[in-house]
Amino acid sequence: MESLTLSDVEQKYYSDLFVYCDTDNTKKVASNGRVLDLFRAAQLPSEVVLQITELCGATRLGHFGRSQFYIALKLIAIAQSGLPLRVESLNSVKDLPLPRFVVGKNEAEARHAALYQDPDSQGLYPAPGTAVIPRPPGRGHQNKKGHPSSTSLPVHEVIQPLATTIESQPEPTSPVVSPHQSPPTSPHSWRKHKRQHSGGNAERQPVVAATGAVWTQFREPQTGPVAGDGMWPSHSPPLPGQESWVSFTADTPPSSTLPAMHPSSVQESTTIRTVASAATTNEIQRQSSTYDDPWKITDEQRQYYINQFKTIQPDLTGFIPGSAAKEFFTKSKLPILELSHIWELSDFDKDGALTLDEFCAAFHLVVARKNGYDLPEKLPESLMPKLIDLDDSAEVPEQTADVGYSASPVEVTPNKSPSMPSLNQAWPEMNQSNEQWETFSERSSSSQTLTQFDSNIAPADPDTAIVHPVPIRMTPSKIHMQEMELKRTGSDHNHPTSPLLAKPPELSEEAKLPASMKFVAANTVGDGYSSSDSFTSDQEPITRQRSQSGTSPEALKVVAPPPPPPRPHPSHSRSSSLDMNRTFAATSATGQPQPSTIAYPPAVPPRPLPTQTSVPLTGHRVEAESIAGGGAVLTTTSPQQIPQQPNFADFSQFQAFAASEQPSSLPEVDKHIEPGQGDKPSEGAGPLRTVKSDGQADERPSATVNSGAKGSSGPLAPPPKPVRRRLKSEDELRPEDEQHGPQKSNVIAAVLATQPSIPRSVGKDKKAIQASIRRNKETNTVLARLNSELQQQLKDLLEERISLEVQLEQLRPFSHL
Amino acid sequence: MAVCIAVIAKENYPLYIRSVPTQNELKFHYTVHTSLDVVEEKISAVGKALGDQRELYLGLLYPTEDYKVYGYVTNSKVKFVIVVDSSNTSLRDNEIRSMFRKLHNSFTDVMCNPFHNPGDTIQSKAFDGIVSGMMVQTA
Repeated sequence: MESLTLSDVEQKYYSDLFVYCDTDNTKKVASNGRVLDLFRAAQLPSEVVLQITELCGATRLGHFGRSQFYIALKLIAIAQSGLPLRVESLNSVKDLPLPRFVVGKNEAEARHAALYQDPDSQGLYPAPGTAVIPRPPGRGHQNKKGHPSSTSLPVHEVIQPLATTIESQPEPTSPVVSPHQSPPTSPHSWRKHKRQHSGGNAERQPVVAATGAVWTQFREPQTGPVAGDGMWPSHSPPLPGQESWVSFTADTPPSSTLPAMHPSSVQESTTIRTVASAATTNEIQRQSSTYDDPWKITDEQRQYYINQFKTIQPDLTGFIPGSAAKEFFTKSKLPILELSHIWELSDFDKDGALTLDEFCAAFHLVVARKNGYDLPEKLPESLMPKLIDLDDSAEVPEQTADVGYSASPVEVTPNKSPSMPSLNQAWPEMNQSNEQWETFSERSSSSQTLTQFDSNIAPADPDTAIVHPVPIRMTPSKIHMQEMELKRTGSDHNHPTSPLLAKPPELSEEAKLPASMKFVAANTVGDGYSSSDSFTSDQEPITRQRSQSGTSPEALKVVAPPPPPPRPHPSHSRSSSLDMNRTFAATSATGQPQPSTIAYPPAVPPRPLPTQTSVPLTGHRVEAESIAGGGAVLTTTSPQQIPQQPNFADFSQFQAFAASEQPSSLPEVDKHIEPGQGDKPSEGAGPLRTVKSDGQADERPSATVNSGAKGSSGPLAPPPKPVRRRLKSEDELRPEDEQHGPQKSNVIAAVLATQPSIPRSVGKDKKAIQASIRRNKETNTVLARLNSELQQQLKDLLEERISLEVQLEQLRPFSHL
Repeated sequence: MAVCIAVIAKENYPLYIRSVPTQNELKFHYTVHTSLDVVEEKISAVGKALGDQRELYLGLLYPTEDYKVYGYVTNSKVKFVIVVDSSNTSLRDNEIRSMFRKLHNSFTDVMCNPFHNPGDTIQSKAFDGIVSGMMVQTA
């Protein structure tokens, strides 16, 4: 006999086979029967078999000794590889794949399988005494299934050479792993073994038959040319599966060999699968469940994947960038289209990188695809990130049944797939809908904020307005209003003091407000201050009053546009409030000749008007009538403070007031001013009185009846008019009123009007002049403010215009065509 | 619901075009091609004025008697064109915008796939799914 050098794998393999054939347990001679069966299983032509037996010397000996057996096996391998049978080739042929034997069912197989199971876990090639069938180490899988030893032998053997690539079963087979590889390398094979083991011998046979059919199906999807035997050489058994796996190129051949692999092996694998389905043991179930859920990753597989992941990305919690993953998976030689699809499925978060879970899923899918599984439309549940079931926990047998494995393994996709699609579909939809929702929420919130903002301000004013005419300007500026409110509150209680003095401009504004406010609608006016809209509404009544006063039209025009800017000014020289301011200033300048005058200024800002008591009002009115400027001021403030209703009984009072003339009014004015702020518009008289008192205050210092009359005339349509006329009798008042279109101007006019009255004041020319100077300054400030407001309005209008033009442009798609 | 959806590359060749199969697809192809001129015009007109603030959604490009064509262009000059039936008046501008947004998202997912080479036709099943969801569900 020629010396026979066997590789370790071969050694093991052959010894297993020998044992298998050693039915007599002689450990020396393989029974001819078994050997012949084995040889037949090699699917070689009979003459070749004969030749082999002759070569190995068995013919001579008449039996197969161990060495003969080994030689024969090797020759079989050589023959299967397509090489000529030569004795010399025994040792010359390198990397000869292990001989393949058609699966034969046998208790021996089962035995072997059982044996394999135990050692399988280690993935080592167990070599227990008996069933040391050289299972591909990769098969570390526990072959739980009772692998008929006899059949398993060939199967294993067959499979072995295939380096587990045979595991073309639907299970995501691990890459071809050489038999010596550690468990992870051939999880598939393991699975297969398991199946086999679990299956009974009896099952095997029918299973085999079925699997044969199934196998063919698998074969078809296989892409490799798979020249069966030819593949062998390329794939040396000891080839580390992992390496070949990684370098996908090597894998292809093995994978391709899978189909080509023997039909027996195919059958074997299929058998395994089907067996699994039929299996009843837990293992079987587990196996089958694995089958049923071919997308499940076993521990070994997972470990393998993790190892592969580490080669690319040492950090297990990190990502593999898309380019690296592309290179890696391109080695698998799958078509780019399929790889693209696999990527789509596995990159769950669509970030262009693979986490460990995603990578395992992708790897699993690649393996499955290489083994003939069709790619699912949706990512199977078991492959979803964080959902991979690492344990082959006993699954309900129903699962296996569901899969209906006996059917084509291609249908492996478990029932979970349908659920997956729903999940997957839900994701993008949800994501998109979330986007939409987000946008919606943004819009709604913004709108709400706007409305709330407005509403908050509005209510505040009416109250304050009710309390006292808010001297706030009618400008839309809320800040202004807030300021005014503050002033009001501050001034309410400080009438006698001169907080107003410190804020002459504000006073002027306030004066304007009152003037514009008119007592039309105290509440509304107050609101109007808060919001421009209300202003406009307020303005209208005010304008009406103004019209009465004769200055409204101007105010109206100004107000019309966006914000109710100037407000009540136009109404009339209610600028009595301004006058009051002036008077106040004048009084202060003059050393505040009268305490009443001092009181005026403070009263104006807060619009004390409404708060003033009726009595004093009447008194004031009289005075107001007599005093032009002061009255104007008063009226301006009062209307603002009290969103008044035009009808106030004030008119009557006013008239009475007017009739009463000045003297008594002055003292009353003071009183009015102070209490005025607290009055509500309901007290029509109150505001008027305050107004008048203010006017009177002005008048006192200025000793001008006109202003008072003007002021009072403002809010009150009829009465003020006569008063006003009186005021206007003074030429200066009139022209000044006309000059200022907007309310503010009216106020200013009133203020100015008071000025002339001032000089007329009794015998205080110097002081009056100073006062007038101060008033002029105030007027300047007022005018400056007015100017700025108008500028702002202009800007707003321009912006609106631009936006409208843009919209127009957009609506004309072909304007440019 | 769109009648035809097309994705055109920067160089103005189609990456993906799909129509409701019942109709004459060639007609839609032609429509999409002609709409490209309008798209070019729009992006050149708006671009110079606003620079990088150009809006992606171009709006109605091209109304004909049968249908309306909407356009959308990405920052990388990839154009999306949606053709809708004129008789379908219920489609509001917002809906068209949302359709484009979905298309854009799906397109970016396709681009993220390392196995997809920019310039290749889009063969992603996920993208197909999204487009199918937007097409008129007739055939």
